[in-house]
Amino acid sequence: MLLYAFTWTEFAQQLAAGIREGAIYAGLALALVIIYRSTRVINFAQGEMATFTTFIAWSLMNHGLSFWTAFPVVLVIAFAGGVAIERVLIRPVENAPVLTIVIITLGLALLLNGLMSVIWGGANRQFNGPFSTRTIDVGSVPISVQDIGIVAVSVGLVVLLALFFRFTKLGLALRAAAVNPESSRLAGIRVGWMLALGWGIAAVLGAVAGMMIAPVVFLDPNMMQTILLYAFAAAVLGGLDSPIGAVVGGILLGVTITLLGRYVGFIGSTLKLPAALLLILVLLLVRPGGLFGRVAVRRV
Amino acid sequence: MSVLELHNVEARYGPVQALHGVSLNVGDGELVAVLGANGAGKTTTLRAISGTVRRSGDVVFAGRKLPRRPDATARAGIAHVPEGRGTFSELSVWENLRLGAYARRANVKQEAQRVYKFFPRLEDRRDQQAGTLSGGEQQMLALGRAMMARPKLLLLDEPSLGLAPIVVNQIFEALARMKTDDGMSVLVVEQNANLALAHAARAYVLEVGNVVVEGTSDELRANESVRKSYLGY
Amino acid sequence: MRAKLWLELTGFALLTLIVAALPRFVSDFRARELAIVGMYFIALLGLSILTGYSGQISLGHGAFMAIGGYTTAILSVDGIYGHQIRDLWTIPIAGVIAGLAGLLVGVPALRLSGLYLALITFGIAVSFPQLPKKFDHFLGGTTGKILNLAEPPYGLHTTTNNWIYYLTWGIALVLLLAAWLLVRGKAGRALQAIRDSEVAAASSGISLARYKTLAFGISAFYAGVAGSLYAIANAYVNPDVFPIILSVYLVVGLAVGGLDSLVGLIAGAGLIYFLQNHADTVARWINHVPALNLDPKQPGIPSMVFGVVLIVVMLLLPTGAGGLMRRVFGPLTSRLYTRS
Repeated sequence: MLLYAFTWTEFAQQLAAGIREGAIYAGLALALVIIYRSTRVINFAQGEMATFTTFIAWSLMNHGLSFWTAFPVVLVIAFAGGVAIERVLIRPVENAPVLTIVIITLGLALLLNGLMSVIWGGANRQFNGPFSTRTIDVGSVPISVQDIGIVAVSVGLVVLLALFFRFTKLGLALRAAAVNPESSRLAGIRVGWMLALGWGIAAVLGAVAGMMIAPVVFLDPNMMQTILLYAFAAAVLGGLDSPIGAVVGGILLGVTITLLGRYVGFIGSTLKLPAALLLILVLLLVRPGGLFGRVAVRRV
Repeated sequence: MSVLELHNVEARYGPVQALHGVSLNVGDGELVAVLGANGAGKTTTLRAISGTVRRSGDVVFAGRKLPRRPDATARAGIAHVPEGRGTFSELSVWENLRLGAYARRANVKQEAQRVYKFFPRLEDRRDQQAGTLSGGEQQMLALGRAMMARPKLLLLDEPSLGLAPIVVNQIFEALARMKTDDGMSVLVVEQNANLALAHAARAYVLEVGNVVVEGTSDELRANESVRKSYLGY
Repeated sequence: MRAKLWLELTGFALLTLIVAALPRFVSDFRARELAIVGMYFIALLGLSILTGYSGQISLGHGAFMAIGGYTTAILSVDGIYGHQIRDLWTIPIAGVIAGLAGLLVGVPALRLSGLYLALITFGIAVSFPQLPKKFDHFLGGTTGKILNLAEPPYGLHTTTNNWIYYLTWGIALVLLLAAWLLVRGKAGRALQAIRDSEVAAASSGISLARYKTLAFGISAFYAGVAGSLYAIANAYVNPDVFPIILSVYLVVGLAVGGLDSLVGLIAGAGLIYFLQNHADTVARWINHVPALNLDPKQPGIPSMVFGVVLIVVMLLLPTGAGGLMRRVFGPLTSRLYTRS
């Protein structure tokens, strides 16, 4: 049932693949956390939004644009889309029960999924990523350039965002609006637009995640569904209100799942998600707020 | 010249009406107090001005009708320090101060220096999470945030609540300086009527959402029913 | 207060009458459809007790339905020691077993709150369809198990579909009554107290652990009964009968019905059923709008329709059908007992 035919080289490769998976989860998990922190809502449409923007990228590339030319265009479209969705669908019901808003995001997910099928059809398609699939030797281990590229882009984006949140006036306002909307208003911050901005940023994160993973798994309307689930799990693992937690959780989850899937025969590929969730459950029993989250201490 | 005028302002919380037509004014550079027992509507009055609670009736600020949303009133030059101080507990002291100046174009570093001069303890704790500060320090921080905004009008809700007398003195000293330096006007809600009348030029007394007495501090101190009910002698 | 009570009892009586009379006016096939709506209604009743009253979110109740369905299948096909059990009697057993599973889940759930709980329960929903594949000897694998066709008991001269309809709605009405009594009673008040403020509830002496796990158990029991009926109606079970998305649909139905309105849930159940099976009807309907030219059969259109309907319904009725009813009937009932 356990380890068989173990080599360090393969282990390193599995580790690299796990980190790459984890980078994707981290990006999407961060998107979920950003929205959750300010609105207490899990955006179940995050995956479909990401896939949708990836399809747009595909169409642009089909019309002759190179990947890196299409990339910023898609990011702008994603940002605008995220802002628009918040203003049109979420803003009208901002005082409704959380469950209502969650259902709206579910409806949006279904709508986008169907729309993708209608516009582009459900067949798998090749997505030509920016990184070559050849391997280079890191030490004595052949690692795929694509994996390195994906991790680099994801990490780069996260770092950029961290700098934005930490050092810019707008980033500070966004954080303030998320933790204390009342006081933010009294400080002159337009909290509603901050929320829209958060959705825009989340959409950009999703778009990047989509464009990074599409070369690996083939592009189709259901591409991000399982990934969204893993991202949700990663966000919970890290603590739903902690951006750092989302990133760390994502990478941890990616590595754990890949290694478990490869080295524990019983789990194989069918039980990867249930196994991951079981581990997270155990963790939550010990630390109910996730790794970095804060749970209000209530002694009763 | 009035900096703030309330004309028959009403406010309600759901089905409960909290203010039944309150009219008051604050002059340029004046410190005016609002007194009254618990539940009289003092906090609601401030909230109605800043737009935190829905109001009917006009509020005129610096000659113009004030918008009804809190972010707009902040941008118009009113700083509201609410009950509970409204600290951004998860952010650092420095970030809290920075947010105070959000609605202005300001040299944040310079403005912060001014605040630190009044409240040196804030400088010691500038990178600390604001939620870990003591009650007195958080009040200083709240006032510091207001200072960063250099408002024309400061709405201050129960500044002395839960604070040691020394700290309260520091706070009122800072208020006095802000008045003279920036020509700021203050509308302060206080349960400690003696303290309020010692610093205010004029005061209003509220009871169950209505203004029942108004006048200068001397007049109020001479008023027998005010003395008995609120000053304790 | 008495007036409100009379109003509710009258409403219940009315509902019973409608349920009893309806099959006379609808086709046999419709009766079957209405029966399935009834099964969703039962599941939603349970979920309402859990989420609407005790405030715990479960995205995994499809799994409890599956437990109920599979229990019925195993008992009526394989039986115990070869002795097959009549499908009717398996229903309470299925409910109890699902309920026990619910209690089991309810214990660790105590430590989790809100969306953390939602994730774990969703994990249960996702993992469940894998189990029959892993334990295919017992659970029938991907092909599942086939039950005997449901038959009305001896002496009852009615069609199979009508029988299923009466069976389902009879049970539904009984369970509705039970839920209503529960909610009005001590347990219901305890649950609402917990939902509104756990700290306050605990300080008042309410045992959080007991009531929250109880809520899980009861809601799972209801789901198990629903699943059992579904298995009987379908005459087979396999992983696709209780898919992952079912748990999501249940929560959707709950939100649309209104979290704590027991009767609003009928609307929620109707919506789930309608959108699952008649999305193409809605698409054809929308086609009447001159500018649009939708092919209802095209893959993707049903999803889009379902999505748009969900969004529109929640935007228009943020508090669900129950909220709407409260807005309409609330002023009526309050006028009844304030006499001003």
